Amino acid sequence: MAKRIEASNVTSYYGSFKAIDGISMTVEPKSITALIGPSGCGKSTFLRSINRMHEVLPNARIEGRLTIDDQNIYDPDVDVTAVRRMIGMVFQRPNPFPTMSIYDNAVAGLRLNGVKKKSVLDDAAESALKSANLWEEVKDRLNRPGAGLSGGQQQRLCIARTIAVEPQVVLMDEPCSALDPISTLAIEDLMFKLKDRFTIIIVTHNMQQAARVSDKTGFFSIDKTGEPGRLIEYDDTQKIFSNPVEKKTEDYITGRFG
Amino acid sequence: MGDYPSRSDNAFAGGTGVTGRHARSAGTGVSPSSYQEPPIGGGGALPQKARFSMESGFRGLSVAAGAMVLVIIVAIAVFLISKAIPAINADHENFLTFKTWFPNDAQPRFGILALGFGTVLTSVIALIMAVPVALGIALFLSHYAPKRLATPLGFAIDLLAAVPSVVFGLWGRDVFLEPVREFSGWLNHYFSWIPLFGGDGPFGRSILLGSIVLAIMVLPIVTSLSREVFQQTPGMNEEAALALGATKWEMIRTSVLPYGKPGVIAAVMLGLGRALGETIALALTLGAVFSISPNIIQNGGNSIAANIANAFGEANATGRGALIASGLVLFAITLVVNIAARAIIHRRREFRDSAA
Repeated sequence: MAKRIEASNVTSYYGSFKAIDGISMTVEPKSITALIGPSGCGKSTFLRSINRMHEVLPNARIEGRLTIDDQNIYDPDVDVTAVRRMIGMVFQRPNPFPTMSIYDNAVAGLRLNGVKKKSVLDDAAESALKSANLWEEVKDRLNRPGAGLSGGQQQRLCIARTIAVEPQVVLMDEPCSALDPISTLAIEDLMFKLKDRFTIIIVTHNMQQAARVSDKTGFFSIDKTGEPGRLIEYDDTQKIFSNPVEKKTEDYITGRFG
Repeated sequence: MGDYPSRSDNAFAGGTGVTGRHARSAGTGVSPSSYQEPPIGGGGALPQKARFSMESGFRGLSVAAGAMVLVIIVAIAVFLISKAIPAINADHENFLTFKTWFPNDAQPRFGILALGFGTVLTSVIALIMAVPVALGIALFLSHYAPKRLATPLGFAIDLLAAVPSVVFGLWGRDVFLEPVREFSGWLNHYFSWIPLFGGDGPFGRSILLGSIVLAIMVLPIVTSLSREVFQQTPGMNEEAALALGATKWEMIRTSVLPYGKPGVIAAVMLGLGRALGETIALALTLGAVFSISPNIIQNGGNSIAANIANAFGEANATGRGALIASGLVLFAITLVVNIAARAIIHRRREFRDSAA
């Protein structure tokens, strides 16, 4: 249920602009990896490269090699939709489908994959919503619009929608940046719970959050605007926050930079 | 606010009080240009409110413009009703259920039924033909075409909307008449068991021809409004679908179409409004026969607006009144369609607010 991700020398472009340069890192199964760094340093670009969402944007392209359990996801013969099913994604702003009910949102991914049987969908909706710690709050109003929930609930609904298709990896792009501290805590609790089943990579601007939830931390940075982002240091979270090797990392986590 | 420090520097040089404005009364040698108006944020006594300002002038203008719309609407309604009532009173048949149109006789006999039927039938058939194509074009422009193709193509669609209807009518009659006649004969040969395609001919100047021309005319409206709606689909909803492993078409079905549905319905209603009111293109293409028949390929068919254009020239006073009465019916039909479209657009707005 969880797979290892290996990036080697991943370089992503938007048109002629090089957004990240030569990122190499290995993410172990069933772990939480946090990506931190100043705005515009390419954390999100790298994250979106992992499930091939980067190429959705116009003129975006990528070089290098990204494998998931030794399968190259950028192999020309690979079905991109299969990659995205395998590597789910939660976005910065909660984005439930506005025209769908809570139930329909939770099973949207399954429906896309052709699951039609009511009993299967019912079970999947319940287990995904339970895994996302949302079931108790919504079980009596599954037919209400998903957009009517609070921000934190919407984000948990999006997580439920993502894990309902049983991916191997869950990518989270600043999942708590639009949420209040209580909702943030709920999502962090959820991440600990999901760690048993999925490989999780989270981009965050909140360093306490990175320190709280992650096993490993990667610090991205840029020299100046217009330069590509690079991975400066990647190590155990404990080490990054207590005794980083690089001066830049230390400056950033102590607040002297960015 | 950025220039405060330099002012107090000057004040200090003059050896006076604390702020720049005090420095002026002290009459130091600093150039007067540095002390003009007080800052916009205030200072000094509060000025009086202007009694006659641009503000009230614009308000008056916009109120007058708004009121003018009501005046025009009421004037049209009064005109239509005042001319129509005498003619309807002179009618020797029931205006709403009689099918043919002889208002100029000594004993006027006319009714709206066949005309109303033809109006609605041509419009509905036109929409059935136009809407799927329009949605296809709109989706192509908003989600499939590369930008350098979508922009000129969208421009061409808007240009098509600006072509005068008489041009469409002439073109339709001269270009489409023969192909439609042959196609109608073919339909009649193989499908005459369907009432739509029955009859013994002659074929050609039929409901079908009028509907095809109408379809081409409403196509650009429905296309460009639908394209607008599709383009407004929030990118994050499209990405949500893609990230779940949707193909492009699945993404469109999951996020774009449900989001755009109310807007598309409104676009279709506006297209229907145009089709219902279309005059000259139908006057040129329909067979001008007063009958109610499900047959769409035989020469025949008529619509309210086309009949007004065809018959007004030879009409006497009662005849004109009768035509105006038919115009009143058309006014009512289009009003209903427009209100329905407005209601749907309104519902969409509420829906958007809750989604945001």
